[in-house]
Formats: sequence, C-alpha cells, structure tokens
Amino acid sequence: MGEANGVPRVLVVDDDEALSEMLDIVLRSEGFQARLCHTGEAALEVFREYRPDLVLLDLMLPGRDGVDVCRDIRSESGVPVVMLTAKSDTSDVVHGLEAGADDYIAKPFKNQELIARIRTRLRRHVPFGDSDEDVLRIGDITIRVDEHTVRRGDTEIQLTPLEFDLLLALARNPRQAFSREVLLSQVWGYRHASDTRLVNVHVQRLRSKVERDPERPEIVVTVRGVGYRAGEPRPVT
Amino acid sequence: MSPARFPPIALWGKSLPFRVVVLSLVASVVILLATGLFLMDQSSRGIIAGKTQAAVAEASAVVQAMQSDLNTTDPRTTSINERITRLAREAANRGRVGSQYYVVVETPVSQIGTTELSPDSVPASIREAVGTTDGLLSTPTLISFTDGRPDQPGIVVAATLTAPVAQRYPVFFLFSTAQEQQTLQIVQQATLATGFFLLVGLSLTVYLIARQVLRPVRAARLAAERMAAGHLDARMDVVGTEDLASLATSMNHMATELDRKLTQLQDLSLVQQRFVSDVSHELRTPLTTIRMAADVLHANREDFDAPTARSAELLAAELDRFEDMLTDLLEISRFDAGAAELSLDEVDLTQLVSAELAAVEPLAAEFGAVVTLDAPRPCRAEADPRRIRRIVRNLITNAIEHSEGRPIAVHVRSAPDAVAVAVRDHGVGLDDEQAQYVFDRFWRADPARGRRVGGTGLGLSIALEDAHLHGGTLEVWGQPGGGAQFVLTVPRRAGTAPVSRPWPLEPADREVTGAIAR
Repeated sequence: MGEANGVPRVLVVDDDEALSEMLDIVLRSEGFQARLCHTGEAALEVFREYRPDLVLLDLMLPGRDGVDVCRDIRSESGVPVVMLTAKSDTSDVVHGLEAGADDYIAKPFKNQELIARIRTRLRRHVPFGDSDEDVLRIGDITIRVDEHTVRRGDTEIQLTPLEFDLLLALARNPRQAFSREVLLSQVWGYRHASDTRLVNVHVQRLRSKVERDPERPEIVVTVRGVGYRAGEPRPVT
Repeated sequence: MSPARFPPIALWGKSLPFRVVVLSLVASVVILLATGLFLMDQSSRGIIAGKTQAAVAEASAVVQAMQSDLNTTDPRTTSINERITRLAREAANRGRVGSQYYVVVETPVSQIGTTELSPDSVPASIREAVGTTDGLLSTPTLISFTDGRPDQPGIVVAATLTAPVAQRYPVFFLFSTAQEQQTLQIVQQATLATGFFLLVGLSLTVYLIARQVLRPVRAARLAAERMAAGHLDARMDVVGTEDLASLATSMNHMATELDRKLTQLQDLSLVQQRFVSDVSHELRTPLTTIRMAADVLHANREDFDAPTARSAELLAAELDRFEDMLTDLLEISRFDAGAAELSLDEVDLTQLVSAELAAVEPLAAEFGAVVTLDAPRPCRAEADPRRIRRIVRNLITNAIEHSEGRPIAVHVRSAPDAVAVAVRDHGVGLDDEQAQYVFDRFWRADPARGRRVGGTGLGLSIALEDAHLHGGTLEVWGQPGGGAQFVLTVPRRAGTAPVSRPWPLEPADREVTGAIAR
C-alpha cells in the first residue's frame, strides 16, 4: 500500500473537474498523493488499480452515483471512504452511510477541516481505556488487538477499520456506557458534538456483522437515553 | 359502536337506529295497550250482556210457568207452601239438567231450591230490591256451594211469584258464567300473545328499515372520516335515488377535487423541494472550489504584498458570511417548501446547552459578557438535536451581541410534558413594537447598527421555524433598557402539545411589565 513508503494515497471521485483539481492541489500541498476519477462507472476500476488508502467520494455523480460506488468498494475492501455531500438532508447522508461510508463532509468545507477528516481516518484512531490487553472479550466474541481480528469461536468476522475501532472503543471500557457524542469524539475524532446519525448507522452496520440476532443485540447493547455499551463477556455457545 | 360495550344511555346519544327502535317500541306498546284494553272491555261486555239476556229470558219463562201453575192452585184444597216448595224443587231439577242454573225461592219460613247452594250466593242488595218491583232484576254475583265445590262467577236473576192470597215469594235464579269467563280468559291470552308478537315483529321491522335508511348516511360518515384521516381515495357507492344518491355524488366530487388540489400542491412542493436541493448542489460545488482556493491564498498571504494579502483575507472572511447566508437561505426555503423534517433522538438539553455555551465562550469573552447556566441534570426530551442546537446557538449569540457586556443567564427547565430553554440578557432590550418584528426575516432592531457577529438576519426566523417544527413555541419578552428574554418551549415527547410552561416568559427580575408573545 501507498502508506508503506510514507505518502498516503487518496482517490478522489468527483465529476466536477475544477473541484477535483482544487482537491488535488490541496491534498498534494498537505503531503498526500492523489488520483482523480470523474465518473462513477470508472471508479471501481481505478480503485483496484490505484489501491488508495482513502477514498473521497462525491455523493452525487452522473450515471453510477456515490452510494453505488461506495457499495462496490465496500464489497471488496474496508478502505476508509469519506463522502463529499452537497446536501445535508437526512435521507441522502443516511443512504451514503448505510452503503458503508465511514464519514462525510458537507460542501463547502474548509481545507483544514477536510485534511483533519482525512488524517483522522488514516490514523487508526483508537483510544486507550482501562485495559490495554491484546485480547479482549465482548459477548461471545474475541478481539485480538495486535492481529486486528475479531472472532466468534474459530470464525473470523470481517470488519472495516472503522467498525473495528468502534467495537474496540466499547470493549476497552466494558462497563462504561458511551454516549453518541463520546463515540463521535473517540472514534471519528470530532471535537465538538456533531451528527449523531454517524454513530447510529455504524452501530447498525456493526451489529449486522457481529450480532447473532441484530434485532436482539448482545455485543453492542443499547443503553436507553445514554447510548451504547459492550455486552457482558460469555462463552461461545 | 357495539351495543355490548356501551350502556344504553350512551347508545341513545350515539346510535340513531337505536333511538328509532326505542321510540317506535314505546309508541307501539302504548297503542297495543290501548287497543288491547278496548278489545278486552268490549268482548267482556258483549259476552256478559249476552249471557245476562239469555239468563233473564230463561228465568222469565220459568217464572211464568211457575206463576201460571200457582194461579191454578186453589188455596182451599192445597197448601200454598207445599205448592211453592214443589214448584221450587221442580225448577231446581229442571235447572240442574246441564247445570243451567240454580234456583232459590224465599218463603217466610225458609229458602227452598237447589239444596247444595249456599244462601250467601244471593247478594243482599238484590234481596232488598226484589220486593219493590214486579219485573225481573239481574246482577253479577259469586255463586258459592255448601258441598265444597269451588265458587263460580255468575249472574243472579230475581223475580217475584204472587200467590192467590196475594202473598209474594221472591225467586232467584243463579246462572254460572264460568264458561264465559273461560272464553274471556282465552281471548285475553290471545290478545296478549298477539301484542307480544306484534311488538317483536315491529321492532325488528323498524330496526331493519332504520338501518336501510341510515346505511347511506353511515357510508357518508365513514367516507368522510376516511378522507379526514388522509385517505382521499375513499369514495361512496352511489345507490338509491334523489337525496341520498346526490349526497354520495357530492361527497365523491368533493373528495376528487380535494385529492386533485392536494396532489397539485404536493407536486408543486416536490418541484420546489427538488429545486432547492438542486440549487444547493449546483451552488455548493463551485463554492467549495472557491472556498478551497481562498483558503490556499489565505494560508499563503504572507508571501503577497499588502493589498493582495488583505484581499485574500477579505475574500476568506466574506466567503464565510456568504456560506452562512446560503445555508440559512436554503434552510428557510426548505421550511417554506414544507420539506423540513425532524430527525428525532433522545436529547439531554442540559448537556446540549452547556456544549453550546462552551462553543460560544470566545465570542462571549470578546463582548465581555459572562454567561451563566442554571440547569437540572439531566433534562431529557425527544427532539432533533441539530435543530435544538441551532436554536440555542442563535439565542445565545443574539444575547451576547446585544448584552452590552452585562451578564447573561441561561435557564434549562423541565415539566412532565415540556422542556424549556430561556436566555435572559440585560442589554439594550427591545420595545413592544420591536418584539413583534424580531422573528421577521432580515429584520434589524437598529438599522444603523452594524452586524458584528456575521449574522445573516435569518437566525431567529429559522429558530422560530425549528421550534414550530417541534410543535413548540419560541417567545420573546423585552423592555427598552431592561434587556430581553427568549423562551423556547418544546414538548418532551415529539408530536404532543405542551400545555405547561416550565419557565415563565416574563423574567422575575423585570422592572416594568411589557411582554409580546409570538
């Protein structure tokens, strides 16, 4: 991967050429490598070939739109995807997040804001909690921090880096109930309270992967009026 | 509307068929009672009168025969008493054939006649009356017996035998009317049974007719209710003639028109919504490029000469204002299009407000205003956190801007059905007229005063819309020189209307009253 030689690669998928060029300028000046792609149809091809560390994805693309592209990328990779949205309407943002995007940034944005978002997603932002053990148990699953793996018994569960971080944040303080705002700051790196839909959607996605029955969660438990906490460790049944 | 679930009183008010059935039932009972009584009276009169007539005729024939026999009696050869006794016995025997009648002849010494008859059977009134007339008298009586037979209803016919020596002997004929009474009883039973069946049949018929007549009305009611519930596709079946059919036709026409108009409005709103969304996207993409370019220039302004560097600064600063204004304008047009939606979540108002206070801390410091928070912990409500945050930020920024450096107090309060956030400042304040316009778009309290906080002039308008979207209120109290207080009240549960007021609009520390509510 690109980060191996010190220069992270960012794939920009946006149909607006002026904005793409501007993004390219800013990314390069901040020490990133960038590749531009102007259509949704070509995005997956370029993604496979370029193997970026992060994807900046415009939600509204002619033809194959950002939500579809995001789903395509998610089907074969957990690479961080940050959506560029011109709309902050509930449904559009939620569709993008449900398709697997890790975060979104609403146009127009400031350069520092964009760079901060990208850096947070590239930095594997995992806070340390009460325990910094290598093996953590939550419900009937096991997290190996050094290996970056999550297993139920012998079966490995594939999580994106963001989902892994979210699960780890909960598992490191197993008795603590986390508010959505705290999770936003610990996992997404938002310093001020922001859109809690990010947390809601990602908890749903995470549950659909780790829970035996997402309707009756035992790993990521809802604490009414507060937020979420890790489920009690228990043996695999 | 099930009758089993409601007491009859409640049903009376609710069910027209029930009322119709009950009323017609009451009327039928009255009519049936009257006709039944009349029928019974007439038939019993007729039967008894017939019997009396027959009895009088019979008695008259017997008396005549007895009298003529007596007339031929020579008192010198025969004892009158013996004769009378014999005649009485003969009459009694004749009467006994077929139990037609019983006979009693009164002589000065004894009563002769049907032996088993009790003397009480002849009422005293007729005993006295018989001596005064030569004709026949009759009256109803109760025939009782000495041999233990049950009493029988009957008629007594009284006559007088005159002996040759001019002695008078009263004769009483007692006719049993048991047979007639039995007939009357059967008639009575038949009348009652007929009345009962008529009543049941009538009620059923009336109920069916009422239902039949009310069905279109009920159908109209149900259709109207469905329409009111938003199902504008509800239609009535056009059946029957004239009034009912035209009612159905009119209702259907109204529904069609309503549906059409609403669809038209919805289409317009959709067009508007899409336009807003498109404008948003189309404007924001080039604006993003401009913004990024301006940021690059601004970051490198030290490399430029003074005028170019200042230009880069102005460009970046004004872009902020431009962006804020664009955001607010789009938000306002979303409200105007009815496209604004709540994204509800469990919100701790205390936490939210204190986070906002922390965010505006630099601004407060710049104006020299001290902002204090007075809030219970926690204060939960079901609300849209983004909108509540925006309202609170608007109110606090507004208060700081007008505080004149005096302290500002923020209060958070809750009631069982509502929560409130109040922002009280002691700045320039506002008079009643200004308070009326304070929520208007682009309105300025003092046109000569510049905007320092990059306000777009839409902040309070948006805050008011946000409050209304929650089903809540945003009100202002103000006093020139006495500061102002804005109170936001939203229901604790979305969709309910708050009735209580967790924080009063007029502050306790006011000097003179003067409030304007919006």
